[in-house]
Amino acid sequence: MPVLQFREALREAMSEEMRRNPDVFLMGEEVAEYNGAYKVSEGMLKEFGPQRVVDTPISEAGFSGLGIGAAMVGMRPIIEFMTFSFSLVAFDQVVNNAPKMSYMSGGQFKVPVVFRGISGPGQQLAATHSWSVEALYTHVPGLKVVVPTTPAEAKGLLKTAIRDDDPVIFLENESMYGNKGEVPEGDFLLPFGVADVKREGRDCTIVAWGQGCITALAAAEQLEKEHGIRCEVIDPRTLRPLDLPAIVRSVKKTGYCVTVETGYPTCGIGAELAALVHEHCFDDLDNHVVRVASLDVPMPYSKPLLQQVVPSVQRVADAVKKAVYFKG
Amino acid sequence: MTTISTSTSTPKAEPTTTQLMDWYRQMSVIRQFEVKCAQSYQQQKIGGFCHLYVGQEAVAVGSIAATRPQDYVITAYRDHGHAIARGMEMTPLFAELYGKASGCSRGKGGSMHFFDAEKNFFGGHAIVGGHIPLAIGLGWAAKYRKEDRVTLCYFGDGAINQGSFHEALNLAGIHKLPCIFMVENNGYAMGTHLHRSSAVTDLKLRTGDAYGIPGKEVDGMDCIAMYQMMRDGIEYCRSGNGSLFLEVKTYRYRGHSMSDPQKYRTKEEVAKYQDHDPIGRLEKLLREKKLLDDGKVAAMNDEIHAAVEKAHEEADGAAFPTTEDIWKDVYAMPFGPYLAR
Repeated sequence: MPVLQFREALREAMSEEMRRNPDVFLMGEEVAEYNGAYKVSEGMLKEFGPQRVVDTPISEAGFSGLGIGAAMVGMRPIIEFMTFSFSLVAFDQVVNNAPKMSYMSGGQFKVPVVFRGISGPGQQLAATHSWSVEALYTHVPGLKVVVPTTPAEAKGLLKTAIRDDDPVIFLENESMYGNKGEVPEGDFLLPFGVADVKREGRDCTIVAWGQGCITALAAAEQLEKEHGIRCEVIDPRTLRPLDLPAIVRSVKKTGYCVTVETGYPTCGIGAELAALVHEHCFDDLDNHVVRVASLDVPMPYSKPLLQQVVPSVQRVADAVKKAVYFKG
Repeated sequence: MTTISTSTSTPKAEPTTTQLMDWYRQMSVIRQFEVKCAQSYQQQKIGGFCHLYVGQEAVAVGSIAATRPQDYVITAYRDHGHAIARGMEMTPLFAELYGKASGCSRGKGGSMHFFDAEKNFFGGHAIVGGHIPLAIGLGWAAKYRKEDRVTLCYFGDGAINQGSFHEALNLAGIHKLPCIFMVENNGYAMGTHLHRSSAVTDLKLRTGDAYGIPGKEVDGMDCIAMYQMMRDGIEYCRSGNGSLFLEVKTYRYRGHSMSDPQKYRTKEEVAKYQDHDPIGRLEKLLREKKLLDDGKVAAMNDEIHAAVEKAHEEADGAAFPTTEDIWKDVYAMPFGPYLAR
């Protein structure tokens, strides 16, 4: 199986879907002539031409709305946000227009648009450029929210997103673009709403996705090696729809649950997961759910501060130890 | 600057008497529909916000008369007139207003969110200016697919100071999209007069130099002028010239919405515009042409009144959506635990 970078897997997904369906096009800032701010769309202009790989002005509300309108008549736009921090100037389009047209029209119009780009804290980008937007968008009925962790998931989930008839928020991370992994060739699609067990274990469930999942896997490795604590890492892969049964199954087995996210704790995904786990696993839990999230402050610039604010391997490991009453 | 053919020696499209009679009738239908809405609102059959189109009828009727069925129409929340002019039946409109399952949006949208996919009517949008980017998406799709369709996008003078307006028009200008943007300038953004909301009040000037989209002004109280401008405008867009911006001078007789006490304007001001009433103007012309007289006007109004009452009654008697309908159409491809936990 070919080994691809995360960004190459995304490119392969988009290119395959564009070859397959002429209604698919890619639009965003610097996607064409610049070859992508993070080189995700490198070479695509050459293959597909400027009608289908389209540079935009810095005008997020304009071009995200364009994508929604085009989707209402059956096109399948891929709208790239250079970062989802910039999607916030298009918030009305993303949360009011995309997810509500189907409902408000009584099902007469569908909006098969994909909004994709990076989310989460990068390399010292400070407060405005470091949004982890999954809680903001998962909150909204009508949207689907996808967070791939591996290159294979990047491809399989993006292809599914492009073929999905609903608006999809597809969250990537800058620090993961260079990650490599085996990626199946050709028509490889992963279903939404199906979690992946990234690591099996019976001592404590960790629910984590994307960047947080990579941190969680490193923590699980360390915990097993150093303390013999065997964590089960569940990656939901899609936060809406959420594979709750997979999480419940795991927690019923382990009796403990830790959530990890790069977003904020207040009204975060972890808060929702904790509520769900408490509702569905109350009698199976031997402790309350422990949440790991970024500290509840705007993201600082200074490196040593940033490293303390974003969940680290150590912070996840400490959370697991606390959850399972480990006294080492 | 590019000019459109209205400014050249091209003869203006003269409407036929059948067209004129049809427009007179359509405008009268809209007015009576709106009067009935006001009544139903007071009886609390209509909930939420309800923005009436009384006074502005000539804009929707004259402009949509120039469209073809394949053209796309999208508008803001004062959408009853556009829906009727686009050929939507009154019964599903009343049913929508009354929150019924047989409403044009299945009772999920209400007054501000009328939709009809078959009629290429894309709403009904209630966030001021929020639908203008959707309009360029419709135009983008038509151009991308090389389809012969023009998009008509209506909005009020309150929308032109939203970022979404400027972003959309810039993109339309860059890509020469076949879109006609119409600001229905009725003088007030809710209760704020144009002079207090816009640094440049001659709105037709706002898009030419800024976005390369020529602007034109048209008398929106004159159905014929509206039609002629749009015929030329649609031809201009169809011919691949790009977008067009129209400042449509109009006036609403009623408040911004049903809950507006209208303290920001005088009764005299409203009366002044009512002297130029679009229906009255066309009626005068039709009387001069001997196509209408007192008897015919009364008969038509009675007939429309009966049709409005019948549609209202049908809608009033229709069923509300069921509890199961709450969960319908949230997703086109529903799966996973979206439903009741």
